Amino acid sequence: METARTDERTKLREIIARYHGEKSSLIAILQDIQEAYNYLPVAILKMVGQEMDIPLMRVYEVATFYNAFSLTPRGKNVVEVCAGTACHVKGAINLLENLERELEIKCGETTKDETFTLEQVRCLGCCSLAPVVRIDGNIHAYLTQQQIPDILRNYRK
Amino acid sequence: MAKCIIDGKKITAPDGTPILQAARDNGIDIPTLCSHESIEPSGACRLCVVEIKKGKRSKIVTSCLYQVEDGLEVDTKSERVMNVRRLVLALLLARNPASEVIREIAVKMGVNPQPRFKLDEDKGKCILCRLCVRTCADIVGVNAIGLSHRGPSKTVGPPFDEDSSACIGCGACAYVCPTGHILMEEKVDERKIWGRRFKMKACDTCGRYFAPLDQLEFISKKTGVSVADLSICTSCR
Repeated sequence: METARTDERTKLREIIARYHGEKSSLIAILQDIQEAYNYLPVAILKMVGQEMDIPLMRVYEVATFYNAFSLTPRGKNVVEVCAGTACHVKGAINLLENLERELEIKCGETTKDETFTLEQVRCLGCCSLAPVVRIDGNIHAYLTQQQIPDILRNYRK
Repeated sequence: MAKCIIDGKKITAPDGTPILQAARDNGIDIPTLCSHESIEPSGACRLCVVEIKKGKRSKIVTSCLYQVEDGLEVDTKSERVMNVRRLVLALLLARNPASEVIREIAVKMGVNPQPRFKLDEDKGKCILCRLCVRTCADIVGVNAIGLSHRGPSKTVGPPFDEDSSACIGCGACAYVCPTGHILMEEKVDERKIWGRRFKMKACDTCGRYFAPLDQLEFISKKTGVSVADLSICTSCR
């Protein structure tokens, strides 16, 4: 346990060193932490405060302000269902319900085996492809409910 | 010195004086929630709005931030000002139905809760003015509380909504809060704030419990004066 802690600290110091410990780079540092852990673990956030000499409260304010940061563990594949106007009109809500049934979780939750996290996003910027779902950064365009089980199977492998 | 007219009254005030202060110095009352003499104005509550006229143009500004200028004409009670103020109050009433302070101002101005604004149930009395946060950071220098999350779920509190380890229990946030949102419970030798209990220190001379131990330790660390020297209350010193 102790060694795991020190390992994490060295890892964090490396990330902070990338930005020369600059306090104004807090967002970039948090982004790199999220990249490494998939989310922002509480213990690491506390370390960020200590290492960078920033009050923990400030770190927490930034971490909770931006939607891009997650304080709860996320799965290996993040499934983002677009709920922008175009996708909504094209029935994205049905896709979301189908995904909820298929993955057996509610929107915003992570599956028990930590392979999928289901999220809703406002707009992915490709409304002409509506309705879209982004999984692991890949856009799935003109998606229908029938296609969902096959697509998920590919990511489960 | 700047010469201006507030509500038809000729007023001279030093350059850089906010309209709010110039008005109050001359007996003109402007309602506010978030202004405090010890903290820089921030224009958060929007209750202190006034209408200013420069030449032909007029606009609505917050009087706590806008500074007096030569030839400025200020109206603190025009119809336009009152419309804005009434709207701000109606919104505050809907956000903090439990707040006595807001209800009092609303009654004074004849504002009733409006059915078009749904009453919030989970906001307590907090208007998110940040007075407590800035007091904790700028005056106390502890940074124990802040505003987390955003939009409708924005709340004031310690990090992770539970951890108040940085707090020293000084109670400045509760003191400065304009609506009484922050609760501080005091028993004889114990104080409870932000979900944490603080042991109080008894005065070495009179035996009265006067300050939390954590606060004395914090002051001692900052000033180099030993805790033993700080253990006498202000009235015995």
